[in-house]
Amino acid sequence: MIVEVRDLCFTYEDGTQALNGVNFDLEEGQTVALMGANGSGKTTFIQHLNGILRGSGSVTVDGLPVTPPNLREIRRRVGVLFQDSDNQLFMPTVLEDVAFGPLAAGKSAIQSIESARAALERAGIPHLADKAPWHLSAGEKKRAALAGILATEPKLLVLDEPTTFLDPPGQRDLGELLSGLPQSKILVTHDHLFARRLTDDVAFFREGAIAARGPINEIVRRFEW
Amino acid sequence: MRQARIERWSRGDSSLHRRHAAAKILVAFALLISIGTLTRYSAPACALYLALLLAGAGVARLPVGAVLWGATVVLPFALCFAVVSALAGDPAKAVVFVVRAWLSAQVAILLVATTPMPQLIAGLEALRLPRFLLQVMQFLYRYLTVLAQEAGAMIQAGSSRAGTLRTLRFREAAAIAGVLFARSYARAQAIHRAMVSRGFEGRLPAIPQARFQLTDAVFGFGAVLLIIAVRGAFGWA
Repeated sequence: MIVEVRDLCFTYEDGTQALNGVNFDLEEGQTVALMGANGSGKTTFIQHLNGILRGSGSVTVDGLPVTPPNLREIRRRVGVLFQDSDNQLFMPTVLEDVAFGPLAAGKSAIQSIESARAALERAGIPHLADKAPWHLSAGEKKRAALAGILATEPKLLVLDEPTTFLDPPGQRDLGELLSGLPQSKILVTHDHLFARRLTDDVAFFREGAIAARGPINEIVRRFEW
Repeated sequence: MRQARIERWSRGDSSLHRRHAAAKILVAFALLISIGTLTRYSAPACALYLALLLAGAGVARLPVGAVLWGATVVLPFALCFAVVSALAGDPAKAVVFVVRAWLSAQVAILLVATTPMPQLIAGLEALRLPRFLLQVMQFLYRYLTVLAQEAGAMIQAGSSRAGTLRTLRFREAAAIAGVLFARSYARAQAIHRAMVSRGFEGRLPAIPQARFQLTDAVFGFGAVLLIIAVRGAFGWA
């Protein structure tokens, strides 16, 4: 099991209860799409998978409980692709940004650059290595951000609305790229057409809990999505 | 746009581009002190400094006109102080103030137009500047365009509803600035979350840049000597 979550509850400082007893499992190599209305708890949930948020209950990733002593290793194993790539690309050049993860994980500069170049190759953008992130198109930024998380060779990819800001060809390209990656994936999306490219398994969030999990057609029909 | 243009220039290839950032920073610093300590207007001194800067721009194959024009960005600020000096009965000081500011801006442009930001940061770090300060610089540089885009989007949204924001009153301008601050804060939180997710633990690791070589030392030493000679020729007082 790559992810095991039991009775996860979380309340924000303003008193909003965002998660209300989430139970969730994901097998290694599987992909699941998280769907549900805005504010139903999807993004809050995924922020617990690498310890950005900590609620009550238990979260285990790849056999490691998500607790402070394990955070460094967990953040290496869990790659999170954020909705807005501008937030994720914070270094002056694409190569440096992609090398950030390996360097932060303690690899040497030479190893980090090698990992970064390999990740850029996998993301299909080796030619953008020396570019500044603000010179990239939305699709290129998304690929650069993805390369940044692939560089640490994560076992789980968490993709938070990855098609935001992308035009239809960009969405198609990203779908093809993601479907070719061997890692387990958790995809947060409102777009069931995009979700179908990657998986048939959907967990539907409602009021801070998983209301149903099952095949995409059944979920879409049941919740009139 | 200006940032993108300077960024493009900084990726050029010339003997000045190839010099180590630390050497260029030291030369720029010496030049700034030399220009900044001019206490009275001296046309030959200013012409000599200008010639040095133009020669630098020429060696770096930068568009000289654009560099000269780019440096005028400081003039509105310099002119404010110059007017005060002139009104106080010291027009010579006013002139030297404006010229010094313009030449200093050219020094800064020449430095950043021949040194890509990562190398500049590495150069400053080699000169032992506090790492925290350098991180702030790096983030400011990275997110200036993003904030400018957000401000532009807000102005556009306001104009779409109000027709024009030309007659913006202080109250509305203050409200927009407040919202921009709040958005910047939210953006900073999101960036921090992304950084922590990728292993950030308080220190930005950097890819080592090129090593300081003998040619860098010769360049730095020679240029600083030349600057001291020019400055000395026009008196230190």
